[in-house]
Amino acid sequence: MTTIRIDSVSRWFGNVVAVNDVTMAIGPGVTGLLGPNGAGKSTLINMMAGFLSPSTGAVTLDGVRIWRNEQVYKQIGLVPEREAMYDFLTGREFVLANAELHGLGADAARKALATVEMEYAQNRRISTYSKGMRQRVKMASALVHEPDVLLLDEPFNGMDPRQRMHLMDLLRQMGAAGRTVLFSSHILEEVEQLAAHIEVIVAGRHAASGDFRKIRRLMTDRPHHYAVRSSDDRALASALIADPSTAGLELDRRDGILHIQAVDFARFTELLPRVARDHGIRLYEVSPSDESLESVFSYLVAA
Amino acid sequence: MLYHPTVARLTQRAILGRRRALILLLLPVLLIVIAIVVRVLVGADDEVTADLLGGFALATMVPLIGVIAGTGAIGPEIDDSSIVYLLAKPVPRPTIILTKLTVAVGVTAAFSALPTLVAGFILGGNGSRLAVAYALAAAVASVAYAAFFLMLGTISRHAVVFGLVYALVWEALLGSLVDGVKTLSIQQWALAVGEKIGQGGHVVSDVALPVATVLLVVVTAGATWFAAQRLRSLTLAGEE
Repeated sequence: MTTIRIDSVSRWFGNVVAVNDVTMAIGPGVTGLLGPNGAGKSTLINMMAGFLSPSTGAVTLDGVRIWRNEQVYKQIGLVPEREAMYDFLTGREFVLANAELHGLGADAARKALATVEMEYAQNRRISTYSKGMRQRVKMASALVHEPDVLLLDEPFNGMDPRQRMHLMDLLRQMGAAGRTVLFSSHILEEVEQLAAHIEVIVAGRHAASGDFRKIRRLMTDRPHHYAVRSSDDRALASALIADPSTAGLELDRRDGILHIQAVDFARFTELLPRVARDHGIRLYEVSPSDESLESVFSYLVAA
Repeated sequence: MLYHPTVARLTQRAILGRRRALILLLLPVLLIVIAIVVRVLVGADDEVTADLLGGFALATMVPLIGVIAGTGAIGPEIDDSSIVYLLAKPVPRPTIILTKLTVAVGVTAAFSALPTLVAGFILGGNGSRLAVAYALAAAVASVAYAAFFLMLGTISRHAVVFGLVYALVWEALLGSLVDGVKTLSIQQWALAVGEKIGQGGHVVSDVALPVATVLLVVVTAGATWFAAQRLRSLTLAGEE
């Protein structure tokens, strides 16, 4: 059982705070680190991987400090986000070099390449690889010593659906086998499909933590904003405000738009078309006005 | 463990990658061509031999090759952050630096000391003694240059530029104008070692041998230690 603990960790670069007083524990199984781009996910992963020192706080692996301690890499496998590798090597040479640096040999390299299904291209230079192929060879290099902990920074970027499914299966297996797997992503669906446990990071802060149902609920329970155009905005507004699922209405008479704030998502989506039909009002346009991931996340932070 | 064969293999292939190898070959080939031309046109002449081996081989070729091999042994990897794959391993950082240094010294010596020796023999006359003296000086300089430029490679993305400024502006230009600068010049320290062997007044250093030896050791060891420290706390800021 291997656990990475992040204890009251902050990290700043000059005046910019990238990670702000985060405390979390990543244990066995698959954990998804979810957050919009620039939220501090990579900063967190770099600290867990020993490539960045926390400005304050401690990052430990089973109680052992990770920063400036190369022995932790016996237990950690890292799949960085950056593309750069030793492009002048073939895939096989690259994975073999990684195995040798762990004191292992050709067998371990062969096994890792088989795991990611890259044997067919292993004798080609990495410089000729597609993004998905690179991603898989990076994966093989991280798996070569069968680490207890696997850290992956945006591993699904640039993968086609089949490769994505294959990698998800692989990570699921590793999680089921009791390994600690942490991957970052800015796509909720990706995290939802794979991670039993989700940690949400927004603007450097730890916004939420739990299983995907809890996170999903947090995200759907927030107030939703809609912009509606109809044949009679005023009548629609007066009918809607009577229902507890709406919290606020604003009539924009100049542009002919009705702004609605709904607090009960499920009830409101059912209410709106019913009310319109009952009152003989035609809906021309119903559009959510704040569905961007950033606005969803920023709600979580405020909550 | 002071040497890791896998690190050595990766480093060697990185330094001797296609374009780099051509640049490394350029100056030695030029030196040998000039040596042949001089021998044919002038014949054996100690004065000319010393000028060519001291002025071109030791003063220009060795530091330039040192810059390419020394910074090339680690700079590009840090630049594109592929060094992550080396560092995310339970290999002591000093081992990585010492291995890279060994390769950089080997490459620098092979592409500078060896051609210096060959050129010296081609120039003939008393040249064989001069050849050995300058080749030895070049070999000694290779060690110090490689260590110094390797360290620069761990400090700055513009290590090549700083390396060239040191070699061309500090050593070559200021070193010929300002006496004090000569005391702080790898080239002069190496010449002090060569002077011991060369005799006959053609190999001359401005620094006494004991001082030169101490400075060579201090710079080589200090730069290597510092590079290992830099590697221990190498940070990746990520894309954010």
